[in-house]
Amino acid sequence: MNAPLKTALPASFRRWFAARGWRPFPHQLAMIDVDRAGRSALLIAPTGAGKTLAGFLPSLIALAGNAPNKTADEPGRNPAKRGTGLHTLYISPLKALAVDIHRNLEIPIAEMNLAIECETRTGDTPAHKRRRQRRKPPQILMTTPESLALLLSYADTPTIFGRLERVVVDELHALANTKRGDLLALGLARLQSLSPDLRRVGLSATVADERHLLAFLSPTGRAPDLHIVDHSAGHAPVDIVRGAAGPAADVAILATSEYLPWSGHMATHALPEVYQAVKRADTTIVFVNTRAQAEIVFQALWRLNDDNLPIALHHGSLAPEQRRKVEAAMARGILRAVVATSSLDLGIDWGAVDLVIQIGAPKGASRLVQRIGRANHRHDEPSRALLVPANRFEVLECRAALEAVKAGELDGDPPKPGGLDVLAQHITGMACEAPFTADTLYEEVTRAAPYAELPRATFDAVLDFVATGGYALRRYEQWHRLAQDEDGRWKIAGPGFARRYRMNVGTIVQQPMIRVKLKRGRVLGEIEEYFVQGLVPGDSFVFAGELLRYVGMRELHAEVTRGGSNEDPKVPAYEGGKLPLTTMLAARVRGLLAEPGRWRTLPPAVQEWLEIQRLRSELPEPGGLLVETFPRGRKEFLVAYCFEGRNAHQTLGMLLTRRMERAGLHPLGFVATDYIIAVWSLKPVRDVAALFAPDMLGDDLEAWMDESSMLRRSFRNVAVIAGLIERRHPGEQKTGKQVTFSSDLIYDVLRRHDPQHILLQATRTDAAGGLTDIKRLGDMLTRVEGRIRHRRLRRLSPLAVPALLEIGKESVYGAALDELMDEAATTLIAEAMAEFTDDDPVPELPL
Amino acid sequence: MSVAIRINGAALVADPSGALFWPERATLIVADLHFEKGSSYAPSGRLLPPYDTTETLVRLAAIVARLAPARIVCLGDSLHDGDAVARISADDRARLAALMDRRDWIWIEGNHDPEPHGLGGRVLAEWVEGPLLFRHAARIAAQTSRNRKAPTVAAGEISGHYHPRAGVNWRGRTVTGRCFVHDGTRLVLPAFGAFTGGLDVADPAIRNLFPRGFRIDLIGRERLHRFDSRVLFGAREG
Repeated sequence: MNAPLKTALPASFRRWFAARGWRPFPHQLAMIDVDRAGRSALLIAPTGAGKTLAGFLPSLIALAGNAPNKTADEPGRNPAKRGTGLHTLYISPLKALAVDIHRNLEIPIAEMNLAIECETRTGDTPAHKRRRQRRKPPQILMTTPESLALLLSYADTPTIFGRLERVVVDELHALANTKRGDLLALGLARLQSLSPDLRRVGLSATVADERHLLAFLSPTGRAPDLHIVDHSAGHAPVDIVRGAAGPAADVAILATSEYLPWSGHMATHALPEVYQAVKRADTTIVFVNTRAQAEIVFQALWRLNDDNLPIALHHGSLAPEQRRKVEAAMARGILRAVVATSSLDLGIDWGAVDLVIQIGAPKGASRLVQRIGRANHRHDEPSRALLVPANRFEVLECRAALEAVKAGELDGDPPKPGGLDVLAQHITGMACEAPFTADTLYEEVTRAAPYAELPRATFDAVLDFVATGGYALRRYEQWHRLAQDEDGRWKIAGPGFARRYRMNVGTIVQQPMIRVKLKRGRVLGEIEEYFVQGLVPGDSFVFAGELLRYVGMRELHAEVTRGGSNEDPKVPAYEGGKLPLTTMLAARVRGLLAEPGRWRTLPPAVQEWLEIQRLRSELPEPGGLLVETFPRGRKEFLVAYCFEGRNAHQTLGMLLTRRMERAGLHPLGFVATDYIIAVWSLKPVRDVAALFAPDMLGDDLEAWMDESSMLRRSFRNVAVIAGLIERRHPGEQKTGKQVTFSSDLIYDVLRRHDPQHILLQATRTDAAGGLTDIKRLGDMLTRVEGRIRHRRLRRLSPLAVPALLEIGKESVYGAALDELMDEAATTLIAEAMAEFTDDDPVPELPL
Repeated sequence: MSVAIRINGAALVADPSGALFWPERATLIVADLHFEKGSSYAPSGRLLPPYDTTETLVRLAAIVARLAPARIVCLGDSLHDGDAVARISADDRARLAALMDRRDWIWIEGNHDPEPHGLGGRVLAEWVEGPLLFRHAARIAAQTSRNRKAPTVAAGEISGHYHPRAGVNWRGRTVTGRCFVHDGTRLVLPAFGAFTGGLDVADPAIRNLFPRGFRIDLIGRERLHRFDSRVLFGAREG
């Protein structure tokens, strides 16, 4: 890493750095060395450390050396003359980022007068340009995983990529271990076959599991041995290059002078203080966890905004034009604050941001670090961040997260095997490109890290699904999607199938969305269909930062007018918006609770709350499980402090209530938060240890899993990605030819008649892996066995209060649906008997 | 748990399976079976699970075993398309034959299956029995201004076609399901086929059939749940 500057950088590059008043970072030079040695590299560096330039420098140097510098009077707009072909492919998780990086890269290219053709290719690129790019690719192409998959499905792929030298994957940590990452890994394996000397470069933030990223970049799909720490060691094909860490971030928790609420997630009590912080800073990003929070916090800030500060809103459901406008305003530095969800977690560097405010608990340390890093992308200054807990439990979580960040501890999701649905999509794409044999494709696929351990039988089953539907009992003899030639090679059976593949490529599956459009006005964005279904004309709701009144469905969009009633407007909620607390952070919260010595850093109200808990009951121990039972009203409550995250607790609640039902305790309901599970019943639980025995996971889990909405949702995603059902394009007219009936029906029928079908296997794996909560639950039950502390109390304990306040806000699951509907029916019917009576009308002749 | 419904004086029973039973005449009525809907997408490369016909027949067989009807009326769109009969598997044909054996079986013609299809039984455009009239699609009530004395077309009409579904909003959660729709004069059955989607009862196509409002029996997991249209749509709309 200490290569002398002279040997690494050509003179023109040295002059350019000097002219800008920069010195190359050591890791930028190291990247050049690694590339010259023909190896791949994983660059781990904080934001603001010239990471992207480090990724591109080797390409710029190589291309500058290949082509003579263009002269001033030959502006180099003639790519045909260069003809060096595609040299470097840049992959970004965001379209906008690819465009932005392209703009940034044009600066050194222009200033050094290099004859390098550099272009973007995304879903927004016009068709004629995309065709031209395939015919005469630029030397550097910047694109997304989806666009790469599409490019790889054309027959001219070998000519495009045959001379590819380098692939640069930006924000690799955000792609790896996701389905988009699976798709990209398969694409990289394909590229490596087309161009065996290809070097891969991954740019990443600090991660807990580096091996996983090394495997992703490795041409074998497997991580080299751990002993390589820098590029000087051995023959490992992937080197790790580290940028120097920047100064430690300056993170504080808002010490509110207001009353700290017991529950809720909106932190409205603290918003005046948040507003003051925004006023003091130059530019602030106010991060929230859900879109609903974003809408409410945005509205509340504007009510406080006596100074008329330019404050904007940014989340994934807003119309793309709207989002782009906000991003552009941010880039020009004319906004003072933007309220954002994870839609701004990644992306364009805004040097002007000097403060990040996180409203609500961060839920995970890695996510918090990512968000803090959005403040101040200058390498030499600390990022400033302010955490704003919304309730007392969140104070503990914020404190735990802050300590984790200081200790440099990050959450690590265990790597999961690649999705079989993604594999099905990839196989279809490969069949569109050119005929292949199962053997060679299998070999290639297992060189992609997520599929390194894929059994051949599973691969064959997926291939069979693509070709024939893969049904065990009845087969579509005459309608195969893949045809086999006399040499046993598979290819797509018709151009229509290839068109369908290209229409549906990608792994991001949205819930069915409906456009929200102002009456005689513009489209504001999209909300989930099920939210619209719950609206009655005249209802008010908050969306896109405005109070709206629902007029009705008009063709395929929801028509609204401005200015609904301010009384209790609804706020669209979004599935998957809530991330559960990570295991690491949960452990830290537990640790904090158990050590009263560390409470001094907490606000007095929280300290007092914990003290009273200690007097009335006790505090949960890190290794055990505290269970409290107490009567309240005419019901019996059980509260267990598990700290395993909301999803795991929901599953636990279902299993506990089933058990209690069988024991004759008449459970009535439960509520799950990130920290606890509370169940109430008619009779008290006496034998808590038996209730929490680990064998409960065997009893009911499988039956419940198959029925659960979680699996149905997973199946829908799997079915769309694998190509069983169509993606619904936003605003697209439903036609008779489309499969418009719900994927739930398909799931039910398939489950009953072909339970071993490969897509059901993929669904179960997804649900078990995607929500690692089942495993979390199992681990916890085993861990606490014999270590459960049961406290029988006369009344509810202080620690239980926040959870009990959540009762009534939670939805009801599974078998309770019938009860719910009955309750609705009996209650509502009483209100509305009106003149419509049960009397028989006088019978008429049926003519 | 089934519920009683009176239509034009006839005592009917709505079954949570989505079938309608007329005990007095030992007649079972189902709508919109859409046999072989799954396989109909195969030529365009959508290889959906080809088990929907089996599933529909298995469900039907369960009700037949329970209620032992002497007659079964299928209210049209029993076949998803003109070639569906050819795609029905031998096993499913045997299942169907077993159900048809020694029963009066009436296929009402639908828009998906307007022609005779050689599956046996009687194929009729409409069928009248006692106070009830069975047809595929409900007819919009005739403009009675011309002849006020003429009976309304709706009287005793039992039909399918619309695949009615409803969503009930309760405690912030919307519960949706297939449903029977009726107003004492006419009744629309939910679709019975395994792959049949639905149309919300709020859609004008269904609401216009019931100018005086209606009730639904919403199919839950094991039970039916009755709601009044005034409750579903809120009082403000009248």
